[in-house]
Amino acid sequence: MSNRAPANPAPAADNRQKLLEATMRRYQYRPDALIEVLHKAQELYGHLSPQLLASIARNLHLPPSRVYGVATFYHFFSLKPQGEHTCTVCLGTACYVKGAMEILTTLETEAGLKAGHTSPDGRLSLLTARCLGACGIAPVVVLDGVVIGHADAETLRARLHALLEETPVAS
Amino acid sequence: MAARTLTIDGRLVSARAGESILEAARDAGIHIPTLCYLEGLSEMGACRLCLVEVTGSNRLLPACLTPVSEGMEVHTATERLREHRRAIVELLFAERNHVCAVCVASGNCELQNLAIRVGMTHVRYDYLNPVCAVDISHPQFGIDHNRCVLCARCVRACDEVEGVHTWDIAGRGVNARVITDLGVPWGEAESCTSCGKCLLACPTGAIFRRGTSVAELERDPKRIALIVASRQERW
Repeated sequence: MSNRAPANPAPAADNRQKLLEATMRRYQYRPDALIEVLHKAQELYGHLSPQLLASIARNLHLPPSRVYGVATFYHFFSLKPQGEHTCTVCLGTACYVKGAMEILTTLETEAGLKAGHTSPDGRLSLLTARCLGACGIAPVVVLDGVVIGHADAETLRARLHALLEETPVAS
Repeated sequence: MAARTLTIDGRLVSARAGESILEAARDAGIHIPTLCYLEGLSEMGACRLCLVEVTGSNRLLPACLTPVSEGMEVHTATERLREHRRAIVELLFAERNHVCAVCVASGNCELQNLAIRVGMTHVRYDYLNPVCAVDISHPQFGIDHNRCVLCARCVRACDEVEGVHTWDIAGRGVNARVITDLGVPWGEAESCTSCGKCLLACPTGAIFRRGTSVAELERDPKRIALIVASRQERW
């Protein structure tokens, strides 16, 4: 589930449309494939725009409100563009007990933004999750799609700092 | 159709196979409170007000979705159920801003009637006081999310009776809201046929006809003079 923006977005645009089209075709445009299709769209575009949701609704013969309802029910789907980097802190019970809150607070301070938001410069989205199913390595943090187990606040703060110090990808 | 005999609150009741406990009880004149149930729409079991005790089951079962069976022993008004129902109604009141005094539905409201029926004198829980929008972008109707109990009767009426599915529920938990199309203001929802079935289905003052709420009455007293003037011209 990488949300990294493509290095060269312009030529990729058509391709993404084609890939999404292929996914829907594979499911024969069945309405019950909605979640799989939304997954693919989220993966390809990084977020689900109203235009994208409307086109999925049309293709799968579903009412727009149903598509919107499903897309807003699951935390995995995002209706707003994500930052260049994403950092997801698991706040499930095991991670919480192992100090996930402290990690989150540290990262919030480091990035200067609240959980669930994207920085104004679009460099970072700081998100939370309710259990990623990896309780054995709690506390868990996912940084740009890479799962980090036994996370520790100070190490993560340093990694995040290094990541944000890198030269931004040309946009 | 095969008949089933069961006891509801100690009374022998005969019901058709496949019928729900709720239908059997209503036919027998036994009242079970409901909120999300509406005759003509599919059952959803969302409000949990029709929960009943069935001997042999540890769990409470929703009467609207539980089919009758032979020899079933149902209790609809035990002390435990009464307490649960009152708690459910109190939680509904605590979750949004149900201010009856300024509500268009006061006196004709299923939630208000339920509160009276279950004997709710006050709410034991902290009010959440959420900030809820009122959408009057539709020319004929309005929706006040302060009064919505998320029974989904509008959603089902629109989908199953009108066949449009303009409404659905977005978000989850306390952030859940009924929405139209892709979460757009109702007036911009292209699929809406303005049929008004959601208005008929809504149990509270959440969906209302515009022009009927407080301070919405518009009079045009000048028309009296206009009528009189028009008559004078003709005669």
